[in-house]
Amino acid sequence: MSPRASSFTTPHGLAVSDLTVSYNRIPALHHIAFEVACGQCIGLLGPNGAGKSTLLKALAGLLPHETGRISFHGHEVRGSTRDFAYLPQREAIDWDFPTTVHGLVEMGRYLRVGWWRSYGREDEQAVDEAIAAMHLQPLAHRQISALSGGQQQRAFLARALAQQAHVFLLDEPFTGLDKPTQDNLRQLLRELRDQGKLIIASHHDLPSVSHLFDQAILLNGELIAAGAVGEVFTDANLRKTYDTPTFAGPASHGHHHHHAHD
Amino acid sequence: MDWLTEPFQHEFMRRVFVGGALIGFTNGFLGAFVVLRRMALMADSLSHSLLPGLAVGWILAGGLVPSALFGGALFAALAVALGAQLLARNSRLKEDTALGILYTVAFSVGIVLIGLFKVRVSLMHWLFGNILGLSDTDLWMIWGISLVVVPLLAALQRPLLLTLFDPTVAASQGIRVNLLNSVLMIALVLTMIASLQAIGVIMLLGLLIAPAATVYLLCDSYPAMLWGGGVIGMTGSCAGLLISYRLDLPSGACIVLVLGLIFFAAYLFSPRYGLFRKLRRARHFHEESLARWPAAAPGDGGEKAP
Repeated sequence: MSPRASSFTTPHGLAVSDLTVSYNRIPALHHIAFEVACGQCIGLLGPNGAGKSTLLKALAGLLPHETGRISFHGHEVRGSTRDFAYLPQREAIDWDFPTTVHGLVEMGRYLRVGWWRSYGREDEQAVDEAIAAMHLQPLAHRQISALSGGQQQRAFLARALAQQAHVFLLDEPFTGLDKPTQDNLRQLLRELRDQGKLIIASHHDLPSVSHLFDQAILLNGELIAAGAVGEVFTDANLRKTYDTPTFAGPASHGHHHHHAHD
Repeated sequence: MDWLTEPFQHEFMRRVFVGGALIGFTNGFLGAFVVLRRMALMADSLSHSLLPGLAVGWILAGGLVPSALFGGALFAALAVALGAQLLARNSRLKEDTALGILYTVAFSVGIVLIGLFKVRVSLMHWLFGNILGLSDTDLWMIWGISLVVVPLLAALQRPLLLTLFDPTVAASQGIRVNLLNSVLMIALVLTMIASLQAIGVIMLLGLLIAPAATVYLLCDSYPAMLWGGGVIGMTGSCAGLLISYRLDLPSGACIVLVLGLIFFAAYLFSPRYGLFRKLRRARHFHEESLARWPAAAPGDGGEKAP
């Protein structure tokens, strides 16, 4: 299959075709293809090592892809784009960094303002709106390590909002949150969804999937299924996802992609 | 009062203080990036690797020719920085180990060269600095480098902030992280060369990171780290120079001692992150806690406030 041959049935959305990402020639994602429309919350599911984080990072432009392409609104995404905001896992952040919630959200704005132009009143307003949308006003001047886990998630969401991102890529956002905090985050993500944003979040707790997401993508190194949660969540699909060893290419051989280029 | 003002009546001492203030500000400003980027070890390695460059510059030019010393120092520092990256990339060694090996080897090469070629410069001056030896050329170089480094970093402070906070995410948003890192590295080497005469190779690191580390303990603002670091560096340098002049002590050590005292004061007494604040018992918010419960006392069936 030629990568160029893929068609886009959803102009207002994200299309991934034939995506392969490897670490040290061992594929972590093997020829993934799916299309999703904006205005949805999508759960990314699969066992550990299934490539959930890898897919998020590849979408965010943090990892190079070996084959395939990613298109957004019908245009190919190459490398970096400010329409995509990636919310890293907690461990990846230096929480002692000298910045407050307000400062963090301002960082998202800098991407829009550019390096030279001055930071004006409308930027300040955008920052305040983002903070208000994530219900963080009382905490705006707290240093970021003095926040709870849920508040930290919201602070990063506010940064993505100030950046005017359209696609929100979240790595395990619900992990470690208690029930009320989870519901609160779910509510905020739904509000973003209703504004037409696309939310893709990795997740590992199966019972809560139908509660949290509209659509699900089941991964196991390869794509198992993608679609509405009700349709995708069948016993057969779940068995395929969780009971099959993760695809990692032929044992002890490098991964070659001659078949992808003919 | 005389004690304070008398030195400024000498034309020479006025120049020394201008030089010291400039170096102090530039180092303090740059120090914020070094502290936040956690590249103190890298900075220390670079400062030590200036020595063989100075020696080679002296030998090739046959004397104290400023341009030769400048070129030699620049070359040696960049060679160690790039060499460490190469070494780390092509072996399983991590960059700190590679740097540690390279800079001590480079420093030794410098010491050996100075001995072998009978370089007639007091090694002590290069190691510990001697601001009284500040020539016109040195002062011009300090002006030139300060006026390049500070405005450049101030102009780049937004992309630098994003890079310092999270380099991978910054890269994904189209920020040229590698280019910024190189700019930072070159600014670092230039600033060190400018500071060499006053502070010396060994104590450069103190002037560079103590001011920023002090502000880091005092507040949570990135701009305050840059400009506050500059102001502390400048004040500390001038105070150190005054003490050095008055008590006839080496200038580099006096400057770093003053900055060290300011740092420890912040470490102990910072209202936000100081040691004493941690030791003091936190206030118990009993009234505030009770006020949350509208009826009677908790446990009496009173409804919990939302």
